[in-house]
Amino acid sequence: MNSSNNVERHPKTVNPDSSTFSLTVNRERHTLTLDNRTTLLDALREQLKLTGTKKGCDHGQCGACTVSVNGERINACLSLAVMHEGDDISTIEGAAEVGHLDPMQQAFVDHDAFQCGYCTPGQICSAKAVLEEIQAGLPSHVTKDLNAPIEISDAEIRERMSGNLCRCGAYANILKAINQVAEVRS
Amino acid sequence: MKAFSYERVSDPAQAAARAAEVPVAKFIAGGTNLLDLMKHEIEIPKHLIDVGGTGLDEITPTDEGGLRIGALVSNAALSADTRVRKDYAVLSRALVSGASGQLRNKATTGGNLLQRTRCGYFYDTGMPCNKRSPGAGCAALSKGAATRQLGIIGTSDACIATHPSDMAVALCVLDAEVETVTSTGEIRRLTLDEFYQLPGDTPEVETALQAGEMITAVLLPPPVEGRHAYYKVRDRASYAFALVSVALIQAPDGTGRVALGGVAPKPWRRDDADAALPQGASAVMARLLDGARPTQENAYKLTLAERTLAALLAQE
Ligand SMILES: Cc1cc2nc3c(=O)[nH]c(=O)nc-3n(C[C@H](O)[C@H](O)[C@H](O)COP(=O)(O)OP(=O)(O)OC[C@H]3O[C@@H](n4cnc5c(N)ncnc54)[C@H](O)[C@@H]3O)c2cc1C
Ligand code: SF4
Ligand code: FES
Ligand code: FES
Repeated sequence: MNSSNNVERHPKTVNPDSSTFSLTVNRERHTLTLDNRTTLLDALREQLKLTGTKKGCDHGQCGACTVSVNGERINACLSLAVMHEGDDISTIEGAAEVGHLDPMQQAFVDHDAFQCGYCTPGQICSAKAVLEEIQAGLPSHVTKDLNAPIEISDAEIRERMSGNLCRCGAYANILKAINQVAEVRS
Repeated sequence: MKAFSYERVSDPAQAAARAAEVPVAKFIAGGTNLLDLMKHEIEIPKHLIDVGGTGLDEITPTDEGGLRIGALVSNAALSADTRVRKDYAVLSRALVSGASGQLRNKATTGGNLLQRTRCGYFYDTGMPCNKRSPGAGCAALSKGAATRQLGIIGTSDACIATHPSDMAVALCVLDAEVETVTSTGEIRRLTLDEFYQLPGDTPEVETALQAGEMITAVLLPPPVEGRHAYYKVRDRASYAFALVSVALIQAPDGTGRVALGGVAPKPWRRDDADAALPQGASAVMARLLDGARPTQENAYKLTLAERTLAALLAQE
C-alpha cells in the first residue's frame, strides 16, 4: 500500500487502549497494532526485533536509545510508538551499507571508542546527528557567537554529545572517533 | 504505566474542546516530560490528545514587530531560528543550556512551559507530596530532608519546589505572553506572571490554565536592545537542571532586566530589582530575593544568585 506524506497521520483506534499505525524503519515499512503505552523503543526492540537500540534508563537520562526520526535524533524511550504514524526512523541497524560500515561506525572501531558497547549504538546515532547539526548551524551551549558559522571543536562535540552517557568512560576515544569523521568530511 | 486511549487532533480549538469533554484527558506534545511522569505513575491520564498535528510549528512575525512562536515549535528549532539568535539571544542561550540535543529536538514550546518540578520527593511516590497528592504533606519540609535543589522564594508551607524550565526564565525577562485557546474557543493572552501561580495552599495548581485550555503560542514583544545573556549554574557542565540561573538583558547605559531560575516556583523577577541594576548585583539581589525563606541546605542559593549575576556583569 502506498501512502504519501500528505495523508493525514491519524492512527486507527483498534480498541480503546490500542491502535494500528504504520511507520518506516531503516527504509522498510511496517504496520503495527500495539497497546498505546508502547514506546518507540519497545516497539523497535520487542516488536521489530531491532535490538541494536538499547534501553539504559528508560527516562531520557542516558541516550542509549537514541534513534533518528525524520532526520532528527531523539530518545526513543520518551516517545510513544503510536505518535510515529508515517514517520521515517533510522536505527543503528540501518547505518551500515551492505559490505561496509558507516564512517562513524568505522571510526568507533578504529579508535576503540567503547568497552562494553552498551551505549555504543546510541553514541553512534547521536554522533552522526551531531555532525549534521553543526553543519546545519544549530547552536549549542558552548557556541561563542550565535550569529557566526559554527566551527567544529572538541568543546562543541563534547557539549553536543552530553546526552549520551557511557558507564565505561570511553569518552576520550569517542571524541577521537567523531573528530576523525569530522576531519574526513571537511 | 496505566492504559489510556489515544487520539490525534488537527485543530487547537477541537483539541481544547475534547480535553474538557473527555474525563482525565491530557495533551501530549513532545512527550518528554509527560511520558516520564506516566512511567512513574505520577501522571495517570485515561486519554491522550496528541496535538502534534495542529500545525502550530511555525515562528512568524507579529504586527507589533515581535515574534509569534507556535506551541509546537521544538526547543531545538527555536534556539536555532536566526531571528531569535539575533534579536532574542537570551532565549537561544537559555534553550541550549537545557536538557540534551535529543531532548531539545522533541521538547516543544508549550510542553516546556508546562514541565513539572524536579523535586525528588515529587518523583518518589513512596514519599508524601502535596503537589502529587493534595493534603498528603510535603516530604521536603520534614526534618533532615534533602532540599539543596529546592526553592528559596515564592515557596509556601505546603511546597518549596522550583519550576525547572530554563526557557521560561528567558521568556520572563523578555516580557513574553502565552496565548491559549479555551475549551469554548476563546483566545486568551496571559503574561508569564499571570500564567504561573505560586503554590500557597494549593501547590497542585501550577498555572492559570482552565480545564481543557491549550497553549497555542508564545508571543515575543519587539526586540529589546542590549546585551543578552543567560548564565546557568549546575552540578555538571551539561545535561543537568539549574541550581541557579540568571537571565540578563542590559543596555549600554547599565539599565536592564534580570530574572532568576532555580530559586522559585516560577521565573523570578521584580521591577524594583530591575531598577537597581545600574547599582550592581548586590543591590539587585537585595530586592529580588527580599523575603526569601531558604532552608539550611539551600541558603547557598542566596549567595550563588548574587555571585552569578556579578559574574555576568563583570563579563563583556
Ligand atoms: C533528562 C532530562 C533533562 C532535562 N533537562 C532540562 C533542563 O536542563 N532544562 C529545562 O528547561 N528542561 C529540561 N528538561 C525538560 C524538558 O525541557 C521538557 O521535558 C520538555 O520541554 C517538555 O516538552 P514536551 O513537548 O516534551 O512536553 P510533554 O511531555 O508533551 O508535555 C508536558 C506537559 O505539557 C502539557 N502540554 C504540552 N503541550 C501543551 C499545549 N500546547 N497546551 C497545553 N498543554 C500542553 C502536557 O499535557 C503535559 O502536561 C529535561 C528533561 C529530561 C528528560
Ligand atoms: S516541595 Fe512540593 S513537590 Fe516537593 S515534596 Fe514538597 S509538595 Fe511535593
Ligand atoms: S533509555 Fe532512553 S535515554 Fe536512557
Ligand atoms: S562502552 Fe560501556 S557504557 Fe559505553
